[in-house]
Amino acid sequence: MSKKAKKDPFASRGRKARPSQMRPKVDPSLRALLEKYPAERSNLIPLLQVVQDQHGWLTEDSMAAIAEYLHVPSSIVYGVATFYAQFYMTPQGKHRVKVCQGTACHVRGSQAIMDQLSSKLGIPPGGTTSDLLFSLERVACFGSCALAPVMVLDGKVHGRVTIKKAEKIVEGVK
Amino acid sequence: MEEIKFTIDGQEVTAKPGQSVLEATLAAGIYIPNLCYDPKLEPYGGCRLCVVEIEGMRGLPTACTTKVTPGMKVRSETPEVHQVRKITMELLVADHPLECLTCSLNQRCDLQKAAAFLGVDQSRLRRSERALANDESNPFFVRDFKKCILCARCVRVCSEVRGLGAIDMAKRGYEAFISPFAGLPIADSICESCGECVDHCPTGALYVRGEAILPGKEVKTICPYCGVGCQMVLGIRQNRIVKVLGDLTYPVNSGSLCVKGRFGLDFASSEDRLKTPLIKKNGQLVEATWDEALDLVASRFKEIKKKHGGQAIAGLCSAKATNEENYLFQKFIRAGAGSPHIDHCARL
Amino acid sequence: MRFEQLQARAKKAWQEVVSPQIPLIRMGMATCGRAAGGQELLQAFQEELAKNKIQAQFSEVGCLGLCYAEPMAEIILPGRPGVLFAKLTPAKMKKIGEDYLVHGKIVGDSALAVMGPARNGTPAFTDLPMVKGQQRTALRNCGIIDPTNLDHYLAHDGYVGLKRALSLSPDEVIAEVKTSGLRGRGGAGFPTGQKWEFCRKATGTPKYLICNADEGDPGAFMDRSVLESDPHSVLEGMALAAYAIGAEHGYIYCRAEYPLALERLDLAIRQATEHNLLGDNILGSGFNLHLKIKMGAGAFVCGEETALMASIEGRRGMPRTRPPFPANQGLFGKPTTINNVETLANLPPILAKGGAWYAGFGTEKSKGTKTFALAGKVDRTGLIEVPMGITLKEIVFDIGGGSPIGKKIKAVQTGGPSGGCIPAELFDLPVDYERLAAVGSIMGSGGMVVLDENTCMVDVARYFLEFTKNESCGKCAPCRLGTRQMHEILTDICAGRGRPGDIELLEEIGAAVRKGSLCALGGTAPNPVLTTIQHYRHEYEQHIQDQRCFAGVCKALITYSINAETCNGCRVCATNCPQQAISGEKKKPHVIDTALCIKCGICYEMCKFDAVVRQ
Repeated sequence: MSKKAKKDPFASRGRKARPSQMRPKVDPSLRALLEKYPAERSNLIPLLQVVQDQHGWLTEDSMAAIAEYLHVPSSIVYGVATFYAQFYMTPQGKHRVKVCQGTACHVRGSQAIMDQLSSKLGIPPGGTTSDLLFSLERVACFGSCALAPVMVLDGKVHGRVTIKKAEKIVEGVK
Repeated sequence: MEEIKFTIDGQEVTAKPGQSVLEATLAAGIYIPNLCYDPKLEPYGGCRLCVVEIEGMRGLPTACTTKVTPGMKVRSETPEVHQVRKITMELLVADHPLECLTCSLNQRCDLQKAAAFLGVDQSRLRRSERALANDESNPFFVRDFKKCILCARCVRVCSEVRGLGAIDMAKRGYEAFISPFAGLPIADSICESCGECVDHCPTGALYVRGEAILPGKEVKTICPYCGVGCQMVLGIRQNRIVKVLGDLTYPVNSGSLCVKGRFGLDFASSEDRLKTPLIKKNGQLVEATWDEALDLVASRFKEIKKKHGGQAIAGLCSAKATNEENYLFQKFIRAGAGSPHIDHCARL
Repeated sequence: MRFEQLQARAKKAWQEVVSPQIPLIRMGMATCGRAAGGQELLQAFQEELAKNKIQAQFSEVGCLGLCYAEPMAEIILPGRPGVLFAKLTPAKMKKIGEDYLVHGKIVGDSALAVMGPARNGTPAFTDLPMVKGQQRTALRNCGIIDPTNLDHYLAHDGYVGLKRALSLSPDEVIAEVKTSGLRGRGGAGFPTGQKWEFCRKATGTPKYLICNADEGDPGAFMDRSVLESDPHSVLEGMALAAYAIGAEHGYIYCRAEYPLALERLDLAIRQATEHNLLGDNILGSGFNLHLKIKMGAGAFVCGEETALMASIEGRRGMPRTRPPFPANQGLFGKPTTINNVETLANLPPILAKGGAWYAGFGTEKSKGTKTFALAGKVDRTGLIEVPMGITLKEIVFDIGGGSPIGKKIKAVQTGGPSGGCIPAELFDLPVDYERLAAVGSIMGSGGMVVLDENTCMVDVARYFLEFTKNESCGKCAPCRLGTRQMHEILTDICAGRGRPGDIELLEEIGAAVRKGSLCALGGTAPNPVLTTIQHYRHEYEQHIQDQRCFAGVCKALITYSINAETCNGCRVCATNCPQQAISGEKKKPHVIDTALCIKCGICYEMCKFDAVVRQ
C-alpha cells in the first residue's frame, strides 16, 4: 500500500502520524530478534521480554514492530505490556534497586529501607534518577522470606538487610 | 425450537436454548441490574451486578455467564444478592462523578438506572476521582475517563464486532483505563471513528459532541450513503437530525453504522445543501425544475453523441447508489450512449 | 541406556559423594544461600584452600530448609559422615578449614549437625529441633542432592515412580493418586486424582498439562526451593500427571522473579530429554511428553488458573468465569490440567511407594504432608514439611523456636494475601484445609509469617490490601474498587483519620467483595481484613477512638522520645538521625525535636541502651 493511502485522516489537525498507523520501519536487528520466534499470539509475552532484555525498556516503535510481526492490533500489545509489572515504558537506570515488599520483609521493616533508599536516591519507588544511573522498584516477593528483609541490586539478592546495609550496597556501585 | 422453562424468584419463565439467565429474564420483562452485558457481545462477567442465587450452584454466579437449564431455580431478590449488588453499586458510584444533570447520558444511562433500582447510599464511602483528562482529540466524540466503569464494552465491540481493535484495556486494577496504542489520543490511533463504542457505552464516558438532548421523535430510515443499506434510527427535533443510532433489530447492520452514517448526516440541514437543480445561464447559476434540467442534459448528450460519437461520453457512478441503480447506469452508458467508458468511485 | 543401567551409573556417582576420596565441600546455593553471601564465601574459601595447598572438591546443593542458618556448608571427609557448618562468615570458614579439613576436629559449637549419628556433642541432623518433627516428601531431596546432577536424583529413587506408572494404565495411576488422598497444594486443596479424572474423561485433543510455578504469595517460597533444589522431581511429577490425563504437551509457568529456578528447570529438561525420561517414547513406553517453560512477567493474578492460561496464550492475565472449567475448556480451548509445583513434587514418591503409604500421614480429610515457609518474627526461619494435622504451636515454637528476641508471639499469618491471621490463643489448632478455613484463614500455598507484639494488625491488613489492590486485574468491579476502598479506609485508620463506623463498613464491604468477585483473588482479598477485625477488633478501636498504635508501627500515632535517665549521651542516635532532629551534648541526655522527627525509627533501632522510647 502506498504511503499516501495510509495517511493520517486527521493530518490536517497538525498531528504527526504515529507508529501505530504506519508500517513501522523495523530496525534489522530487531526484526532478526523477532524472527527467532514463530509469529504466534502466544509468543507475545516472550517477544516483549526478549526485546526489553535487549533494549532495557519497550519503545513505541518496538511494540509496534511486535504488533506488526504477530498481526495483532498494536493496542493489544500495549494492553498486554502495561498489564505486567515487569515491562517498562520508560528508560530504566543502569542499576536496578529492588526492595522486596513481601509479608516477611514488611513485618521486618522493609518499608523503612525503601523510604531511606528513596530519599537517598531522590526518587519515589518506581522512579529513575535523571542521570539514568538508578531505578528504584518495589517487588512483591522474591521468595527469600527466611532472610527478610531482602533487596536485589542488579540481580544479586541481599538478605538480612538493614537501613545502613542497604545504603552501603547502593553506594557500592556508585 | 424447544423452549426451556425455569423459575426466577418463583415466577416461571421460558428461555430459548442457549440463552443466558440474564437474557431470558430481561426478555421476560424482569429487570436484573447489569452494566457489562451487551446483546451483541460475548458475556464478560465483569460488573458483577447480575449476580444471582441458583439452586445447586456454589456462591453467587452471574446471570450473564450462566446458561439456562431446564427447571433451574434462580433467585434474584434475596437479601444476600441485594447486599452484594448494592455494595458493588456504591463502590461504582463512589468512583463516578455526581454530575448527572449536566451529563449527556442523563436519563439514558445504564449506571443511573441500576443505581436507582438498587438504592445507593453514598455518605459513608471514600470518594475518588481519576486524574485522567478527557480525550478531546476526536472530532465526533469525547472520551471522559472519569465516567468510565471499565465494563470494556467499547473494547469488545471494537474487536468482536468491528474486528478492528483500536483500543484495549491498559494497566491493571484501579489504574486500568481504556487506551489506544501507547496511551495516545484516540485520533492518533487506527480508530475509524465508526462510533460503535460510543453507542455501546453504558455511561457518559463516551459521548457524541453536542448531543445532549432527548429527541422529540424517532424516525427509522435507511442510511443514504451506500448500497449496504444500514437501517438507522434518527432522533428528530424541529425537523433537524439531532441523534443517530443504528437499528439493533435490522438484520443488515444489527445496529452498526460507519463514521459517515453515524456522524455525517449534518448535510441534511446544511445551508449549502442543493435542493433543486441549478442551470448556468449567462454565467449565473439559476434554479430550475427537474424537467428543465433533465431535458437540457438529454439534449446536450445527444448533441455530443452526434458530433463526436458515443465514445466521447463517459460515466462515473457512485457508491451512494444501490447495485440495481448502478446496473441501470452502466446499461444507460453502454447501450444508450454507446460508450465503453464506465467507471465507479468504488469508495465513499 | 536402559533405565537399570542409568540407575547403576547413578548409584556409583552418589557413592562418590557420600564417601569421597578427598574432602568434599557442599555449599547450599539456592537463592537463600546466595542471598546470605554463599557465593562470595565459597570463592574466598576456595582461594584460601588453594593458597594453603589443601586438596578439596566442591559442589553445590539446594536448600535444606534451614534458611536461618545460611550460609551453610556440608563438609564430607573421606570415611566420615558429612558435617554441617552453619551461619558461616569468611573468618569462621577459614578457621573451619584449619580445624576440620586439616585436623579433622570440630572446635566449639561451630558445627550445626552431623549428617549421621551424633558425634562428640554435635547433634545428628535428624535430631535438630527444626528437623525433628518433619516428614520430608516433596522436599525429600532438597539440600541433599546437587540439583544440576541427574544422577543424584536418580540415586534417590528418581524416576522410579514414572517407571512404575508407565507399566500401569492411566486409570490405575489416577486410582493410586486418589488412594493417596493428595489435594492441590497451590491453595484451594482440590483432590488431585479427581481433577485428573475430569480431564482424562474430557473430549478434545490435544490435552495440556500446566505446572503452576507462579508462586506469588508473599511469604511463600516452597515452590522456588523445590525448583531450585530438586527440579527433576517436578518434571517426573509432570510426566506422571501427563500420562494420567493423556497429555503430550506441558507448560511450566514460572515467575520471572525466580531466575535460578528457571535456569535449573531448563537444564533439567535438557538432561531428562537426553536420557529419554522426557520427549518421545519415554523409557520405551510409547508415551511422549514435551515440556516448555513460560516465564511470567510480574502479575500475581496469573496464579489464578484461568488468568495463567490467558497469560500463556499471550493475553492480559485476566481471569474468566468458570464454568467452563479448564478440564473441559482450558489452554487454547482444550482440556487442561493445572497442578502446582509442590503437588507435582509429591507424586513420584506416591507412585513409587504407593498411595496408601502417603495416606498414612495427615488427618482424615487432609492426607499426607505439607510444606510451610516459616518467616517473620520467628527464630528459625526456613522451609519445613510436616504431616498434616500438626498444631500451629508445634510449628511456631518447637520447629520455629518462637521469637528470636523474647517477644510475645501474637499471631501467625497463613495463606498470604488470601489468608488470615490466626491469634496465638488458637495455636492448638491442628493444621489442615478445613480447620484453617474454619477460623477464617486458608491453607493457601503454605506461607506462614509469624507476627509478634510489635506487629500492628491494622497495618498488616493495610499491607495486604495494598498488595491486592495493586495486583487486582481490574476486570470486575467489586475487586477493583472494593480493594481500593478498603485500602483507603485502612490507610485512614493507620494515619489517625479513622471514622466511627469504619470497622462495620470494612466488614460490610469485605463480605460483598468476598461474595461478589469474579475470581479467587478478589474472593479472598478481604480475608486479612476480616480475620484481623474478628480477632483484633480492639486494635482497630484503639486506632480510631484513642488514636493509639500500641504495637508502635503506625507513624502518625506514635512519638519518639529519649528517656533522660537511661540515655548516656553516646551520640549514636544523633549522628544517625537523617533529619538532625536529635540534639544534646556528648555524655549528656539527648532530646528529640518532635517537629523535625519523621519517625523513621533509626534511633530506636540504633540505641544500645533502650533509651529511645516509642509511644
